Amino acid sequence: MQIRITLNGRKITEDVSPDLLLLDWVRAHGCYSVKRGCETSNCGLCTVFMEDKPVLSCSVLAVRADGKRIETLEGLRKEAEEFGAFIAGQGAEQCGFCNPGMIMNAIALFRENPEPSEEEIKEYLAGNLCRCSGYEGQLRGIQAFLAYKKGGGIQ
Amino acid sequence: MKTVGKPVIKKDAMALVTGQPVYTDDIAPKDCLIVKVLRSPHANALVKQVVKEGAMRIPGIEAVYTWEDVPGKRFTMAGQTYPEPSPYDRLILDRHMRFVGDPVAIVAGADALCVDQALAALKVEYEVLPAVLDFRKAKDHEVLVHPEEDWRSLCPVGADNRRNLCASGSMEKGDVDKVLADCDVVVSGSYHVQAAQQTMMETFRTFCYIDTYGRLNVVSSTQIVFHVRRILSHALDIPKSMIRAVKPRIGGGFGAKQTVVSEVYPAFVTWMTKKPAKMVFSREETQTASSPRHEMEVSVKIGADKTGNIRAIDVHTLSNTGAYGEHGPTTVGLSGTKSISLYGELDAHRFTYDVVYTNKMSAGAYRGYGATQGIYAVECAVNELAAKLSVDPVKLRLDNMVREGQVMPAYYGETNTSCALDRCLLKVKDMIGWEEKYPCRELGNGKVRSVGLAMGMQSSGISGVDVGSATIKLNEDGIYTLLIGAADMGTGCDTILAQMAAECLDCPVDEVIVSGADTDTSPYDSGSYASSTTYVTGKAVEKACEKLTRQIKERACQILSCSDETLFFDGHQAKDLDTGKTVGLKEIGTASMCGNNVALQVTETHSSPVSPPPFMAGAVEIELDKETGHVEIIDYVAVIDCGTVVNPNLARVQAEGGIAQGIGMALYEKVQYTEDGKLLNNSLMQYKIPTRLDVGKIRVEFESSYEPSGPFGAKSIGEIVINTPAPALTHAIYNATGIWFKELPVTSEKIAMGLLK
Ligand code: FES
Ligand code: FES
Repeated sequence: MQIRITLNGRKITEDVSPDLLLLDWVRAHGCYSVKRGCETSNCGLCTVFMEDKPVLSCSVLAVRADGKRIETLEGLRKEAEEFGAFIAGQGAEQCGFCNPGMIMNAIALFRENPEPSEEEIKEYLAGNLCRCSGYEGQLRGIQAFLAYKKGGGIQ
Repeated sequence: MKTVGKPVIKKDAMALVTGQPVYTDDIAPKDCLIVKVLRSPHANALVKQVVKEGAMRIPGIEAVYTWEDVPGKRFTMAGQTYPEPSPYDRLILDRHMRFVGDPVAIVAGADALCVDQALAALKVEYEVLPAVLDFRKAKDHEVLVHPEEDWRSLCPVGADNRRNLCASGSMEKGDVDKVLADCDVVVSGSYHVQAAQQTMMETFRTFCYIDTYGRLNVVSSTQIVFHVRRILSHALDIPKSMIRAVKPRIGGGFGAKQTVVSEVYPAFVTWMTKKPAKMVFSREETQTASSPRHEMEVSVKIGADKTGNIRAIDVHTLSNTGAYGEHGPTTVGLSGTKSISLYGELDAHRFTYDVVYTNKMSAGAYRGYGATQGIYAVECAVNELAAKLSVDPVKLRLDNMVREGQVMPAYYGETNTSCALDRCLLKVKDMIGWEEKYPCRELGNGKVRSVGLAMGMQSSGISGVDVGSATIKLNEDGIYTLLIGAADMGTGCDTILAQMAAECLDCPVDEVIVSGADTDTSPYDSGSYASSTTYVTGKAVEKACEKLTRQIKERACQILSCSDETLFFDGHQAKDLDTGKTVGLKEIGTASMCGNNVALQVTETHSSPVSPPPFMAGAVEIELDKETGHVEIIDYVAVIDCGTVVNPNLARVQAEGGIAQGIGMALYEKVQYTEDGKLLNNSLMQYKIPTRLDVGKIRVEFESSYEPSGPFGAKSIGEIVINTPAPALTHAIYNATGIWFKELPVTSEKIAMGLLK
């Protein structure tokens, strides 16, 4: 089937098999930040934006993204660097494998709700598993980032 | 200290948070053959025949291999120093299927689609045999998991395949039975720990290719590159010099990747076809055919006099190694040595064990490595003893815990050279508010708040076995390169070792480049396991840097035509104090590349005769709903003595992560088999690791001792952190319900059912 997707601002037209997952499609297009941690929509590692909404790319067929805008962490480099530095500042990136998915969802959260409470943060990111960090360091990083943003972006 | 003890940001941090392609599957060549295996649906069966033809006819299929195609020499997949204590009981593919998931055939093809079709097209005829699934009945069972003649055990670990024994043994000091008979109070119980999964987010994966020289190159998500090389040489029956093993960034290991789980299959394909090949385990395979914790039943007897003086501890461990013996003989030891040794000055102790084969998934190494299981049992029993004696469990421990300077008879007779366990416990008690909260408080709405606590210990490397090495060299721009064979699996050891080098060399951490691990270029290192990297490899780094500094000075003396006595070197510049002449590090580096006979490159190796234990105390406050059995963690506090904290941020996150894993094992992570030996918890849907809503608040502090034999006084942190949640939570649940649960995980369902009785 022919699909047209705007991936990180680049228009791509391509013939794909109808059972191809969006996850495999974006990786085939060099977006290696998108990871697979499960086959059951449980881990959140594969999170991408479809029309600015976070979706699990392991659970979306590439053909469903036809005509849509898809963004991965590769396309959000500035935001990733700015926020990621706060995760790194806590040493909370550990193995890092879960980080792109978590950072995508965190960016989505900040866009939706610039001043989330601790509970709101935890609930919004509950679908992003991390086996290394115990989540506390990620929370500290997020809160430090929010404080920095609130202070007008001055550290 | 300028660098050690500072929260330095990890060297790979920005690459990781921006999602750079640094992991195995990101860098695999695009033309790799896709490798998958067909797995046995039976727990015990013989393969009568495999009809390959249909599969071979599928377009894109490159090769199909069965037991008839692979070398016939047995080996172990355990990443351990040779000769491995784990028995040689594996073939790449065997005729005998020993668990549901054992590989029958390897299929390689152009893409996943054709490989999946080929797997479905393979026709296998099995002779199904009765299976031994209950590990309590496995010893001397009529069904043998390894009846084969060529099964071998290289080390005297008490193994006997004719009895389904992977290991057995005992150690004893004093007459335990007599002392127990003489005690005023004796508690006893059997504690069951499930075969919990490491569940690192990156599943097992490896790709291979043949290089310019015809050698097999193996790029793998592994903690143990040098062991990978040796194990593959045994498995493929080719010389070690024909293999190179490299690890890129690793998406978590926790011990899982201390076993060669995925490597042999693509390695065999590449070696046979000479084409690049890649295997990526699915989560289902990672859950069902990998290297989880050893299921153990630990039986404990503890005796004390009425005043609360603990006099004897008797531990018997039955460990289930499953179908193969990886890490079976060694994990079991820690269940006794690292639990009994928490208590000093016993009149007697005894530790006996059996490790049995069964027709279940084989076990491996998982953070804590047997100590977790043993400490869970002993700490639960000590809490029960406190209840029986009606003494405060904190006081009981303060009166009996091991202290600095004591000899630890159950810990190979080592002396406890650095120990702040008492301070850890007192601080934990304060942090959780023990005085006010112990044991519990009814909230009046069917809910009750309670607290529980436990202590833990681990080791720092394997004494007399683990080898760490470091090569450090000076480049012409005055920047150093540190080559290591230890594996950073997210732990941050690249950064921690660079911090140590920077401290020794008196330079910023940014001026130390770290490279590893690669069997062709890294100096030999046993690998990153057994909490060895900071303590063992760290010491090698320290030694190498000291030696390099001497050689830099020697070269500087030559340049300045001065003697060693008048030379002063501050890390950036060497100065002849007599003449005032100086030479900078850059110039020394550059001068080393012209007319030079002094190597500005040093390799040092370190192995330690001792393994000083880190210590920890953990306490938890929970809110338990008596109607549903639901346990909510309000607060988990831990205080750790890992010696000098090299990087407080990384140590803290290690600790928080280990505690979260311990919470998962204690409350949520179920391992359930069907009657015919099929594992039900085969996905993250069925195997529930904690989310960020399930771990409550985790707070970690450090109380440092100073370990004289460690680099800058450091011990280890990686494993100990998983050991306290299970006993502390079990204690809190008892304090809320009056019921001692002795089987993990303690699910809400079990609690609710227990309260109904
Ligand atoms: S890969 Fe796990 S949720 Fe998509
Ligand atoms: S950092 Fe390793 S899984 Fe989150």
